[in-house]
Amino acid sequence: MLQDKDRIFTNLYGQNDWRLAGARQRGDWDGTAEILARGRDAIINEMKGSGLRGRGGAGFPTGVKWSFMPKNSDGRPHYLVINGDESEPGTCKDREILRHEPHKLIESALIASFAMGAHAAYIYIRGEFFNEARHLQIAIDEAYAAGLIGRNAAGSGWDFDFYIHRGAGAYICGEETALLESLEGKKGQPRMKPPFPAAMGLYGCPTTVNNVESIAVSSTILRRGGAWFSALGRPNNAGTKLMAISGHVNTPCVFEEELGVPLKEIIEKHGGGVRGGWDNLLAVIPGGCSVPLLPASICETVLMDYDSLRAERSGLGTACMIVMDKSTDIIKAIARFSQFFKHESCGQCTPCREGTGWMMRVMNRMVEGRAEIEEIDMLEQVTRQVEGHTICALGDAAAWPIQGLIRHFRPVMEERITAYKAAHGGGRITQVPLGIPVAAE
Amino acid sequence: MSAHSPIDQIEQPDSFAFDAESEEQIAAILAKYPPERKASGTLPLLYVVQKQMGRQTGSAWVPRVAMDEVARRLDVAPIRVYEVATFYLMFNTKPIGRYHLQVCTTTSCWLRGSDDVVAACKKATGIDGFGQSSADGLFTLTEVECLGACANAPILQIDDDFYEDMDGPRTIELIEALRRGERPTPGPTIDRLNSAPAGGRKTLADSPAEQG
Amino acid sequence: MVKVTVDGIVVDVPNGSSALQACEAAGKEIPRFCFHERLSVAGNCRMCLVQVVRAPKPVASCGFPVAEGMEILTDTEIVRKARRAVMEFLLINHPLDCPICDQGGECDLQDQAFGYGADHSRYQEAKRAVKDKYLGPLVKTVMTRCIQCTRCIRFATEIAGVPELGAVSRGETMEVTNYVEKALTSELSGNLIDICPVGALTSKPYAFTARPWELKRTDSIDVSDAVGANISLHVRGSAVLRAVPRVNDAVNEEWLADKGRFSVDGLKHRRLDRPWVRVHGKLQAVSWQDAFVAIGRRLDGVPGDRIGAIAGDLCDAESLLALKDLMTALGSPNVDCRQDGAEYDMSHRAYYTFGTTIAGIEDADALLIVGAIPRQEAPVLNARIRKRFLSAGRGGFPIGLIGAPTADPTYKAEVLGEGPDVMAALRDGTHPFAETLKAAKKPMIIVGHGALTRPDARAILASTWALAVEAGAIAAGWNGFNILHRAASRVAGLDLGLVPGKGGRSAAGMMSGGVDVLWLLGADEFHTAQIGPQTFVIYQGHHGDAAAARADVILPGATYAEKSGTYVNTEGRVQRSFRAVMPPGDAREDWRILRAFSEVVGHTLPYDTVEVLRERLATVNPVFRVIGGLDAVDVSALPGPAGGGAVSPAPFRPVFDDYYQTDPICRASPTMGECSRIYVHPRTVAAE
Repeated sequence: MLQDKDRIFTNLYGQNDWRLAGARQRGDWDGTAEILARGRDAIINEMKGSGLRGRGGAGFPTGVKWSFMPKNSDGRPHYLVINGDESEPGTCKDREILRHEPHKLIESALIASFAMGAHAAYIYIRGEFFNEARHLQIAIDEAYAAGLIGRNAAGSGWDFDFYIHRGAGAYICGEETALLESLEGKKGQPRMKPPFPAAMGLYGCPTTVNNVESIAVSSTILRRGGAWFSALGRPNNAGTKLMAISGHVNTPCVFEEELGVPLKEIIEKHGGGVRGGWDNLLAVIPGGCSVPLLPASICETVLMDYDSLRAERSGLGTACMIVMDKSTDIIKAIARFSQFFKHESCGQCTPCREGTGWMMRVMNRMVEGRAEIEEIDMLEQVTRQVEGHTICALGDAAAWPIQGLIRHFRPVMEERITAYKAAHGGGRITQVPLGIPVAAE
Repeated sequence: MSAHSPIDQIEQPDSFAFDAESEEQIAAILAKYPPERKASGTLPLLYVVQKQMGRQTGSAWVPRVAMDEVARRLDVAPIRVYEVATFYLMFNTKPIGRYHLQVCTTTSCWLRGSDDVVAACKKATGIDGFGQSSADGLFTLTEVECLGACANAPILQIDDDFYEDMDGPRTIELIEALRRGERPTPGPTIDRLNSAPAGGRKTLADSPAEQG
Repeated sequence: MVKVTVDGIVVDVPNGSSALQACEAAGKEIPRFCFHERLSVAGNCRMCLVQVVRAPKPVASCGFPVAEGMEILTDTEIVRKARRAVMEFLLINHPLDCPICDQGGECDLQDQAFGYGADHSRYQEAKRAVKDKYLGPLVKTVMTRCIQCTRCIRFATEIAGVPELGAVSRGETMEVTNYVEKALTSELSGNLIDICPVGALTSKPYAFTARPWELKRTDSIDVSDAVGANISLHVRGSAVLRAVPRVNDAVNEEWLADKGRFSVDGLKHRRLDRPWVRVHGKLQAVSWQDAFVAIGRRLDGVPGDRIGAIAGDLCDAESLLALKDLMTALGSPNVDCRQDGAEYDMSHRAYYTFGTTIAGIEDADALLIVGAIPRQEAPVLNARIRKRFLSAGRGGFPIGLIGAPTADPTYKAEVLGEGPDVMAALRDGTHPFAETLKAAKKPMIIVGHGALTRPDARAILASTWALAVEAGAIAAGWNGFNILHRAASRVAGLDLGLVPGKGGRSAAGMMSGGVDVLWLLGADEFHTAQIGPQTFVIYQGHHGDAAAARADVILPGATYAEKSGTYVNTEGRVQRSFRAVMPPGDAREDWRILRAFSEVVGHTLPYDTVEVLRERLATVNPVFRVIGGLDAVDVSALPGPAGGGAVSPAPFRPVFDDYYQTDPICRASPTMGECSRIYVHPRTVAAE
């Protein structure tokens, strides 16, 4: 388990001053110009060497992503865009960086932008984080006033501007190309790829989109060295990670932990244990709602990192877990996600636009048990029909929780249907309540 | 569910003009984007509209004439602004109450009792469904998706502020306070420092800054 | 070129091609809804999914760029499953109302459901219903049928240049709408009907009229303007029920202007279907023989120079030539195809045609428009200007306008001034746009009839040519000088010499008492009060419009739909139409009427068949030998049109103020009448 000396976000809870003075005390903005003086290649190599993988959910190596940016400008400006659209249900980690460690983010943004030849960075913050954006703006103003950003940022000779752009209530804008569309003033509808943002991103210019946490850790990594970071965690799953626990634990919280620690240990230590004890655990969704759930049996042994969870047909995602005890109506918990995805589908691609609504309606019937046993298979097929057939991964994300539910809790679903039939005398035909218009077919 | 219904017949004002405070904000907003990329100002300007409407009328919403004005300012076709205003659910395309009660009911909040928060909101305001406003016009109740503060679930967002670790009684208390014209401090409503575990931090105990 | 394998077939396709294009090159049909060759790629319908070897999941072929050595599979289980999945999703919320849907029989969704649809629906939930939208008098909406492919949005935004359609809200509540309940302000709105792959957007005037399989299709040419859009007339029985565009990349691509498309209901209203002769001030129905005899009697003893003929805007070349031949036989030099009084220099074809060609607009890099409003006078050609404007990118196709500012031209254009005085400033370089023209490699200038119908037209014409030469618009390999015509018959009339001969009188001269007998061949676009009261007027035409009311003898002719005719568009492109229906009643093809009459007066025209007449067309002017094509002409050494006279500073005026009411057919069309009320005279509507 991680020791405090290896924690990057030392003001995670805002227990100390989050402004410039406090940040400087914690070591931020210390020798920033010297870091930049190492040069672009050195910085990118150090980041590659650290083994940092994207902290937004996909887990793509951050240093490698930075290296995709053109080495020389063809006249078009380069942009760094920071994804602060934290909206994945269960996920609440970037919020802490924005409000309690804003200077770590700003300093890292300067370094990352320099490494990618960008003179401007935009951070896209979900609209609901009004107060978090306000904190960050104060910190930006402080940094400008102190000469840390702007012309000749931090005395490095590099000009750097940092701007906040607020979203306005659309989960899909967490998808990087939807985010760029939104930043350009349009609906957040994901773009087809290729072209990738590194070739044509914001305003048609080379752009890298990184998660808030991926950026914010980079100043510390560069200060303490990639080797320090990569020594933490497990091979290919290096470093520390902000995590959160919500749901049925005794002390829900956000915390920074080393990757590769057993899930059970994390729940026990940080979450204060499952409500009613470990044996009362039903399931855990380990990293935001779009990763499939883990039944208690798997939670017993699985490690919290990219590869271990992938091996269990789930994923680390954002590493913000939702814990459910045995009192949970697991079908309803997943059905609520279906409602979420239906609500957040941008409407562009046919399978997602039509499929998320279909899945939600069937799931809502499954909650009641007002369905046929065979419809579980049909529902599973519908999720397969959405999965992999859309421009972005929202369709996949909508499909996976249901697949996880069916994989691990099919008997519960069947039981519910049987119980409904017993209570309502249902025959073979799906029960459609009065008042719902049935299309003439 | 607060899906926009653009075809709803809503009484729309005949005109909209930005006031001096808004103009100042607009100047600052447009300075962020390259001049030929003014369209980037669409979301920010819609916010400016919504805030101004809140200031001027007590109802923070975006009337259609204001969308037209935003389009004019940014040199984009009005339909592009209509699209944006209806796509992003934080823009209210119809009038709302003075206080916008936004309850997160997504799984993390639901697991920790958002149903009680919803029931308390309804009880305290007399509203009987999402998307509706109270008879006195003070409150509008909206069901929202995950607010990104799950470790402090359940969340009730009032206008721009998160009230965290809610339950039924505290919700009623909060709404009564609003009614009295008070604005309780946002954040956890239980004894807890932000997102640290209740009962005290388990990490960062020996933070040097704190010691010093 | 890159080498790509599609289902084992190796094809070479240009760099930057999409997987879909590669599949088509290999002869594979890829189903699609949102993809359209002439629109930007949206990639949203997901119907065109194919498998690319080594790609983790199926890709949308419409937007996936090919790479060297790429292997594409279009007929695997994964692909079939994906397409069946998309089809099922499209159908769950699509109403099963095909029996009452006008798209039935020509519906992409119907066709592809045949290949990929299931025989029953697994969808047990309530279906979505979407409120219909008001888009004006031409396009009917049934929005529950919409599959959100966004083709219409892209058409309106990209091609028509009227960004009035959008998709509001999101997810399954996403709706295509104009948000405000207002008619679309486009002269190209009818194309939305063609472009919509389902029955969400259909033709309002044509609603519930016919099924596609009941219709006989005949190739024709749109005569409502001088673009010469290629159309197909769809006929059931004796009625033309609709006009739809045919693809011709050189002319109209696949677009058609609203007037050409929707004025067809004017073909059956206010028709002249029998000959009439005025007796004691009143028109009486008579036989052809009696009508001819009446004319013959009136002509008896009238010297040739007291006879004249004016040809209208919708005439085919065949009848134009027959009219001219008849006048020549009668000894009259008084013949004119320019009822609007336009002036041209006919010494070279380059002086009165659109030399750049319509497709050539896409090569131009600067444009000056003088006294023309292309959006109204030639909407399809205007779409080509917009296309070039978009493809050239920011600032790549600067456009200057000289003329009174009108509604949005659909592209960014700088109004340089309102009258010809700006021309002088452009020529002496004092106007900054002169630099823009000079800097361009292929500048083009369009001169319209706002300039050519003025007394100083010749002087303007000459100075425009001079400007074109100075700006480099006239060069070897590039002809940037363009006359934008608006009358379908005009270029043919000029090619055939339907202008006053030696000592002959112009249209204005004939009207103001210059002739005793005036033969009007479909000429209606002037005030009949101009015609001298003593003048004996023969009106040969198809509609009971203004001129027929003034006529002493009416000879019922055929519309463009009722005859096989030759038309020459503004580019000088010779095109041919075919007869879709028979003329009503006693009406006849116009050249046959002239031929028959010539026999009555003893000057029998030397052609009994249309083939012989067309041979004569080619003899009179060899351009009529080439149908459809256009020969490149080197204009670089031409001296330019003859000038003369002073230029007036008066501003250019639009050539008409009501796009929907410019010829006898559209004035008889109830649909065009409604458009006029809604678009041009909206206040009258409000007052009602």
